[in-house]
Order: sequence, then structure tokens, then C-alpha cells
Amino acid sequence: MEETILDVRDLHTCYRTRLGETVHPVDGISLALNKGEVLGIAGESGCGKSTLALSLMGFYFPPLRFISGSIIIEDTDIMTLPYVRLRKDYLGKKIAYIPQSAMNALNPTGRVIGFFEDILTEHRKNTGRKQVRRIVEERFEMLRLPRRALNCYPNELSGGMKQRIIIAISTILDPDILIADEPTSALDVSSQRAAINMLLRLIKEGYVGSMIFITHELPLLRHVADNIMVMYAGKIMETGTMSDIIFNPIHPYSKALVSSIIVPEKGIKSISFPSIPGAPPNLKNRITGCRFADRCRYDTADCRLSDIPDREWNGRKYRCILDRRTLEGEYGNE
Amino acid sequence: MEMNDKKVIMQGDKLAKVFGHGSGKVTAVEEVSFKFFEGEIASVIGESGSGKTTLAKILLGLLRPSSGNFSFRGKEVDMSSFKKRKAYWQDVQAIFQDPFSSFNQFYKVEKVLRDCLSLKGVKASRDENLGKMKEACRFVNMDFDELYNKYPFELSGGQMQRLMIARIFLLNPAFLIADEPTTMIDACSRSTVMDMLLKLKNDNNMAILFITHDIGLAYYISDTIYIMQHGRIIESGKAESIITGPRHPDTKKLLDDVPKLHESWGL
Repeated sequence: MEETILDVRDLHTCYRTRLGETVHPVDGISLALNKGEVLGIAGESGCGKSTLALSLMGFYFPPLRFISGSIIIEDTDIMTLPYVRLRKDYLGKKIAYIPQSAMNALNPTGRVIGFFEDILTEHRKNTGRKQVRRIVEERFEMLRLPRRALNCYPNELSGGMKQRIIIAISTILDPDILIADEPTSALDVSSQRAAINMLLRLIKEGYVGSMIFITHELPLLRHVADNIMVMYAGKIMETGTMSDIIFNPIHPYSKALVSSIIVPEKGIKSISFPSIPGAPPNLKNRITGCRFADRCRYDTADCRLSDIPDREWNGRKYRCILDRRTLEGEYGNE
Repeated sequence: MEMNDKKVIMQGDKLAKVFGHGSGKVTAVEEVSFKFFEGEIASVIGESGSGKTTLAKILLGLLRPSSGNFSFRGKEVDMSSFKKRKAYWQDVQAIFQDPFSSFNQFYKVEKVLRDCLSLKGVKASRDENLGKMKEACRFVNMDFDELYNKYPFELSGGQMQRLMIARIFLLNPAFLIADEPTTMIDACSRSTVMDMLLKLKNDNNMAILFITHDIGLAYYISDTIYIMQHGRIIESGKAESIITGPRHPDTKKLLDDVPKLHESWGL
């Protein structure tokens, strides 16, 4: 029996804008993360991926607000905890976060070792500076990062190195759950591979328990994730194992996402990439029915009438009014 | 490279660019020679810091090369006066990496597009211009009536990049430099942008220099590929032959570093 370490139930969060409007980027998300699992979350920009990451941290600062739902880590709903305890006992140790922008996540006025000192002296009392250096040097050795980077200022490091150091900082307290929010989106392919390699090594060596990996790059998820969740306009559209989603998607939106992959493989030149027409819906407005209906090729009149329930098949979940056989028939006709 | 019956549109001969002097000297581009043909897409691929963008800036006339020269349609490019530069920019245009800083933030979309028409120097009635702008927006799957009164910051990254392509559609240059146009936008918009670039090539017979670090994109879009490293071109040839049989070890590495669907990534 697999052990669930993070259980999110029906999470709703919103942004309150300056004009008093509310935007709902996370609208009823439920997910379960097992020990040792890498869960990929895919979706286009503006679908609520990054907000979901912030929401999972239980760390709400305006304009982001929590509405309802529960985030359960080891039988404790972290949303019911007082803020001080959440910060002291959970953030960094149980659940950690890698921000998206490597280029400006580090304070330019401090040396790299200083960031580690801040974290370790705060979380582990009685840790001296020498001890910190020893711990960090060991970690750097394991991750095959150069030791000299510790004494550098952030502006002396390349983008790929900065991102790898941010990963090292985020994981120095050995978190059970790591949320990686597009950790490689600003990097070129070689640095991307190095950063991904490092993340996977952290999991393999047991420093990090499980990971939620957020990205729009499906080829990356192909190699990193065990399971994939496809998100669109604040809702989960489809959940399944990596090979199910990448090679055999059911939902029309997953299908469209997967067919936009460009990789250097034979035969790719002859494929033409049909774009998904239109733009994602404005999340300010409440949408009834399927959120993808306006851009979907297979939409019917019923799609917009009421909320679409999840359908389950063979361990996979998808949210579409049409069932699997009908959809597969439609795909087959093309 | 094998002979081609197409006409050469842009040719570079031992271009070099050196920044700084003394001990702080950095050679960004070193003796780069190339030939780009009319109606073809050529890609320059390299890691960060390999001099791709510097090369683009030289070709656009934004930087002066330290040595070497390049010619456009057989004539050496003269950037000595504003008038000459303006004439050059009617034929050579660019799309940059960062759509958020490519637009004048005080100009509405309509003004951005109208400026393209005036740069072209075509005298036409208001209605004709409006029709052209609408056509350009249709070309990039956008709705002019929805957009014209908006400022660039009200658009998403993908929309801005598509608006940039709408500009190119109006200007219809003979040579387009696309400097990593897809790195800052998400995967769905990326394939859309790639398809539009291909459409520009096929419909308008535009020559495109596509700069990227993703060899997959380059392979999909281009006819010819140049691999750059540390300011030098280390390998060049037909897209097909470079992907199937890379000769230089660094080309192999670039190819290996891209995640693929049907092969393992060797993590």
C-alpha cells in the first residue's frame, strides 16, 4: 500500500484585485501525493499552476487568499495550524518550494553561504558557522556543485548555476515534499539537464521525499514524472500515469497539449501543429460547465449547462462530458 | 556546403566582435562566415553565451563588427547614416526574445501596427490601412477589434509575440531575424509561433534566421543549421543531416540535452 504524504481536498483560493474583484485560479483542486512519487502538473500559462504551488505552501500573502479546502500533511491539516507553527515546523522541513525565476530569487548583496547560514541557524539551534559550512560543503559535494560558488555573490554565477544553488538552498532541510515551480524555464538545454539531474539525484538519495513538478514542457515531464495532472483554468482536466497522458491522452485539452510537443525526432518535420483557437477564459467570471468548451473541437450544447463530473477509467480520471470511447472514436476519424 | 540554385540574401565573411579591451577582453563572435539563401530558414543553435545574440545584433546593424564584413543582396551593408539604416530596416527586421520589452509601452496596439505601415512608406487611405491591419491580426489568429485599443501590458506573452509577428507580416521584410522568439512563452503558444514563421516563409518567401538553444525547434523549422560555440561556428549543414548524423561532439551533446519522447534521456 502506497503511503500518501500530501492530501489536498477541494482547495479553493482566489486573488482579490485592487478593484475588489476576485479571480479564481485554483478552483476545487484535489490531489494526493505518495511517498517517493514525482507528480507533474502541466498546463499553459495562466491556468493556475504557479498559484497552486503557492497555495500548497499554506503561505498566503495578499492579494492571494485562501477560501476553503484542506491541505493534509501527515494527518494534520496545515490550514488549521497557527501561522507561527506552520512556519516553524512545516515550511522548509516538511514542504519546500523552488521559485521560478532563478535570475532574481537571490539577494544580490549576500554571498551564497549566507543564505544557507540564515536557514540553518534559524531552523537548527546551536549550529555554528563552521558547522553550517561543513554541512553545506557535504551537500555541494553530493550534488557535484563547485565549492568555490559558496563564496561568490549571485552576480558572479551563471543562470544555470544560480538555479542549481536555489535548488540546494530549498532542499537543505531535507523536505518531505518539494514543490518545483518551473525550475528550468529560464535555462538553456544543457543547464536544464544539469538542474533536472540534480533534482532527481536528491530524490534518489533520499534527501527529498516526493516532488510536485510544475511545467509547461511536456517532454521534460516525460522523463521526470511518474504521474501527470493536466490543469486548465483552475481545474484538473485529466490525471493519469506519465505514459497514459503523453502517449494516450483522453481529454481533448490534453490531446491538444500533447500534440504541441516539438522534439528533435525523425518525422517531426512533416507534422503541422494546429494551434488551439482562442485564449484561456478570464477567471474573473464564474464559468459553468466545461471551461475548455469554447476552444474545444468536440463541444456540444450540453458542455456549458452544468459542471462536468470526473469520469474514472482504469485508474485514470478525466473531466469531459463525452466518454472515452466516443472521444477515441473522434480522434480515430481524423 | 553544397551549391544551391537559390539566391544568396545575406552573406557574412569572417565576422568578429570583441567587447572590452586589455585583460577584460571578451570575444563574443569569432570569424563567423555564412551564407543565407532567399526563402530559406537557417537556424543558429548554441548554449547561452555562445554569441548568438551578438551575431543577430551585428546583422541588424545595432552593433558594429570589430572585423569582417557582411553583405545583403550582394551589396555591403552601409550603416553610416540614419537614412541608410532606415532603408536597410525596411528589408531586415527582427523579433526579439523578450516580448515584454519589445514594445513601446506608451503605444496602443493600433499605433504599433500603424507605424509599420508608415515605415513601409505606402500611401493609402484610412480604410485600406485598417483592412491591412485586420488582415495582419487574422494572420496571427487575433481579433483586431478586440485588441486595437489595448496597451502592450494588457496582453499575455504569447499574444505579444504574435503581435510582433503581425508587425512582421505588415512590414514584409525580405530577411527576418528571430532571436529566440519562443523561450519566454509557453509550449502551446510556441508551436503556434513556429507555424506562423513557417507560414511567413512559405507564403511570403521570407528568409528567416532563427536563433535558438533548442535543437528540436531548429530541426522542425529550418532548412540549414549552424551550430555555434564560444563565438565560432563548429558545424553547419542541412537540418536533416545534422540531426541524424552530428559530427562534432558538442553538437551531439546539444542533441542529447534535449528531452525526447521516444528515447531515454540518460538521467
